[in-house]
Amino acid sequence: MRLRYPSNLKIIRVPCSGRVAIIHLLKALEEGADGVMVAGCLEGDCHYQAGNLRARKRVNYVREILEKIGMEVDRVAMYNVSAGDGPKFADIAREMTEKVKELGPSPIKDAKKLASKKSKVEVAA
Amino acid sequence: MNTITPSKLEKILAEGHFAVTSECGPPRGANGEVVEEKANLIKDHVDAINVTDNQTSVVRLCSLASCIRIKQMGLEPVLQMVTRDRNRIGIQSDILGAASFGINNILCLTGDHQHFGDHPQAVNVFDLDSTQLIQTVKLMRDEGKLLGGFEMKERPKMFIGAAANPFADPFEIRVARLSKKVAAGCQFIQTQCIYNMEKFKLWMQQVRDQGLHEKVAIFAGLTPMKNVGMAKYMKNRVPGIDVPDYIVERLAAVPKEKQADEGIKICVEQIQELKEEEGIRGFHIMAIEWEEKVPEIVEMAGLYPRPKINEN
Amino acid sequence: MIMAKPKPIEEIINEIKDFNKVLIAGCDGCVTVCEAGGSKEVQVLASALRLFFTKESKRIEIDETSLTRQCDKDYLRELLDKIDNYDAVVSLACGAGVQFMAEMYRNKPIFPGVDTCFIGVTEERGVWTERCQACGQCILARTGGICPIARCSKRMLNGPCGGSEKGKCEVSPETDCGWHLIYERLKELGQLDYFSKPADPKDWVSSRDGGPRKIVREDVRL
Repeated sequence: MRLRYPSNLKIIRVPCSGRVAIIHLLKALEEGADGVMVAGCLEGDCHYQAGNLRARKRVNYVREILEKIGMEVDRVAMYNVSAGDGPKFADIAREMTEKVKELGPSPIKDAKKLASKKSKVEVAA
Repeated sequence: MNTITPSKLEKILAEGHFAVTSECGPPRGANGEVVEEKANLIKDHVDAINVTDNQTSVVRLCSLASCIRIKQMGLEPVLQMVTRDRNRIGIQSDILGAASFGINNILCLTGDHQHFGDHPQAVNVFDLDSTQLIQTVKLMRDEGKLLGGFEMKERPKMFIGAAANPFADPFEIRVARLSKKVAAGCQFIQTQCIYNMEKFKLWMQQVRDQGLHEKVAIFAGLTPMKNVGMAKYMKNRVPGIDVPDYIVERLAAVPKEKQADEGIKICVEQIQELKEEEGIRGFHIMAIEWEEKVPEIVEMAGLYPRPKINEN
Repeated sequence: MIMAKPKPIEEIINEIKDFNKVLIAGCDGCVTVCEAGGSKEVQVLASALRLFFTKESKRIEIDETSLTRQCDKDYLRELLDKIDNYDAVVSLACGAGVQFMAEMYRNKPIFPGVDTCFIGVTEERGVWTERCQACGQCILARTGGICPIARCSKRMLNGPCGGSEKGKCEVSPETDCGWHLIYERLKELGQLDYFSKPADPKDWVSSRDGGPRKIVREDVRL
């Protein structure tokens, strides 16, 4: 399958979405990512039983932090997608990219006056 | 039966009469006349009047001041005292103050948690609990000592009471708790309001099995229902109160305007039934914001006129 | 252990917003166990603060560190060399750690980053409950190993009160009645004698309100 997904994604591989810690999500934003999505396995399908459920809780926690510090919570999102479902991955990647584009560039990046104007979405999958 | 205090309540019990007490809740404001008005409604039909101490943790005119007013009307107050709001210094001080006005009855309570009241932000004290308050009053009265060891010249002559809830779960703890209060020096008990007569009688049986009824005068606590709404509220919302379905159903079966009468009738029937229960020595009628009905209940229950006691 | 929970970040932002260089200092002791003030929480808080101040275009430098224990001078001294690089410190230690740091670094404002709650246990990950109020005179021998001071909402020594129902506290149906637990345990242990005897008024001298309490043991002093 040669599926197209937005080229502005940076994919970071992890063995399980449960490996993604709160600090990873925050760091990505600190580094200037406009958005971060965590793509975990379908709920109930975690090889390690609950990794994806934990990931969701952490994503939710980060969203709470964003709300408290006045940033758009939708810059961080959790998706569940089967490892074998390439088309679905491409779909959610596009959906996330659209959502983040609507939000515009990260205020962090603005503030840091980063030269690059290209939107960049980091993905942990 | 010998008495050890000048309490009129103690004398009435000693002479073998059923005692009748009621209570009045002071107002949430500085108008002390409210207490007097309430006391006037019931004064000829009861032997003593309890004054609640910031009940349900709602700030009200204080129990001690209200008791003094009642005493000054020539009536017999029962000072209710909770350990929630005062430490042992404040408590002993108030007991001495009460005694100085000739208040001779005290009801020792731990008190509702402040969580229920109008100041849930308050810190609670609970330096003592109800059982320890009983011990304290007894120590002051019988040994003339304060908890700190100081020996007083003039002792507070208090007839010591406490509350008991025969219904709270687990049932098996309840008699054990009563026994503890009796061991601490409690002389009379006013029970939580009774609706479940079967359960109450079961409790009384256990009280008798342990011989506690011979050591402490048990007053059956009764609160007449104003309407079916109140019955449902008491059943579902008030911790530690056991309202059986048949009470709710009986009230629901009569038209709304007759429910109050039915509530009074139930209360009177309960008194008549409990007069036959061995170990019941009195009745504590808590007509909540319905004090004017107390005389009617007392008369219908055959407890009127009240015995005259020679004050000397 | 001492249990704490993270302070709302708004509160911390408000305390430090007027400084230029702030150190977030965790503690590897109790607050690490209850996941409120260890090095992981330091990282998260520092990162969130940097995000906030960057977004607000405020130039505040936020650095991170964590000490083995903040209730111990030897470990607090580790900051001697760098403390002067900062205008203020947010300590994620318990209230004792925050104060001890403030005592050592008298010219630095030290702000608490957690709310210290109680002495308790980890029931399960993410759930901590109180067990002890440090009254200074343990009575657990007579109460079946269950403390009425910590577990009864009226800290009764002769409970339960009349409000307990089906083993639950009158204050909240989610709270076990401490005295119900005590009674059941004493029964299991065949120690109901302890229940039937009234407990005398407690001597609270060793408890709260006497100024800071102190233990001096010559046998272990240097």
